[in-house]
Amino acid sequence: MINDILKYGIMYVVLVLVQVLLINNVQLGGIYSPFIYILFILLLPFDTPRYLLLILGFLLGLTIDIFSNTPGIHASATVFAAFLRPGVLMLISSRDNYEPGSAPRISTYGFEWFLKYAVILILAHNLFLFFAEAFTLHGLFHTLLKAIINSFLSIILIVLSQYLVFRK
Amino acid sequence: MRNLLRFLAKYHAVFLFVFLEVLSITMIVKYNNYQHVKFLNSSNRVTGGIYNGYWGVAQYFSLKELNNELAEENAKLRSELMREELSKIGNDAPQHDSLYRQNFFFITAKVINNSVNRAHNYILLNKGSRHGIKPDMGVVSSDGVVGVVTNVSKNYSTVISILNNRLKISAKIKRNNYFGSLTWDGGDYRKAELDEIPFHVDVAKGDTIVTSGYSAIFPEGLMLGTVSDYSLQGGSNFYKITVNLSVDFKNLVYVDVIQNKTRDEILKLESTDENDQ
Repeated sequence: MINDILKYGIMYVVLVLVQVLLINNVQLGGIYSPFIYILFILLLPFDTPRYLLLILGFLLGLTIDIFSNTPGIHASATVFAAFLRPGVLMLISSRDNYEPGSAPRISTYGFEWFLKYAVILILAHNLFLFFAEAFTLHGLFHTLLKAIINSFLSIILIVLSQYLVFRK
Repeated sequence: MRNLLRFLAKYHAVFLFVFLEVLSITMIVKYNNYQHVKFLNSSNRVTGGIYNGYWGVAQYFSLKELNNELAEENAKLRSELMREELSKIGNDAPQHDSLYRQNFFFITAKVINNSVNRAHNYILLNKGSRHGIKPDMGVVSSDGVVGVVTNVSKNYSTVISILNNRLKISAKIKRNNYFGSLTWDGGDYRKAELDEIPFHVDVAKGDTIVTSGYSAIFPEGLMLGTVSDYSLQGGSNFYKITVNLSVDFKNLVYVDVIQNKTRDEILKLESTDENDQ
């Protein structure tokens, strides 16, 4: 338990720093920069209580917001993704049940399962985020396109990270 | 009462979700009054410190270009100094006249965080109130106008960049002095739009756009960009003018914050006018 808290604590700090110091400076095509920090929400253990998911999502989003001067935008989108997570897990369960105490990992549940899981949540996160940002700006189609392209980049990065960094 | 508690316990996640979303969206909406958010921005001590440390490492990678830029700027300044000296020989009368007092002073600062890819872009500078920076001061680089200071802490300040649709800058066409307002539309970081230029005005591609000086923030005649394209929409009385921004926001390193010595005087005078209306 203590071990887990420490592990996820480090993951939180590292993901935030990687996001704000590295990835936010890499802008593909001038305007797209993938969001990797949502990985923290994706990788929390299966038996994380729903309220904890939401609170962690809010804190994570808010941290990113404070670094990028966008109060509320990342927070709202990450809370939304955290809210959807239990439902999505239920929807795509490959077996009858997930092993209690374990976490969603590509090594245990396979590439196809993880891709499905990541695509749904990342798409939801990006769509919510770009529409929250657009609020007062841009047409519908433009925002939609931007969100989808950005989700695609995020998915590639997150799936790759599973093979490079998070394998056991 | 027991039923109520059971109901709350059963749907606690939904309630928490709605509560957190309302909180976040309030933040998004409130932030439109960007002056009022005092602490939830990157000029606070922790985030400012992290960015500053990061910049300490990252700056080594751009030292070469930076040197070139500084050398160029030195050369330019030296040449201007020369011209000044030469003109003095002709008439030295106004030099000590208090009417010709210098109004604008510059504080040089380093950019330690910057973005161009969001709908609302902000820049973080490594100087703050300790160095004399206050909200609503203009910020320029050697190429032209960059933005306006919004929040100031002791050692850092945030600047709302031209690449932010919440900022409008009063601008004019240098050639014929017609003025309008310059805004960014959220797309390309090298282009902005100039509105409110009436259709009878003679506009041409390549016309220089400069600040109008109709505010206490920027002096008149600072470079903003050049006209890259213009069109007249059917039925409209105003041109839609696209401007190539002169500042490259992607490689901004050193900027100057403009201190206007007569700002308070101007604002005071303007506020008496408002009272009349």
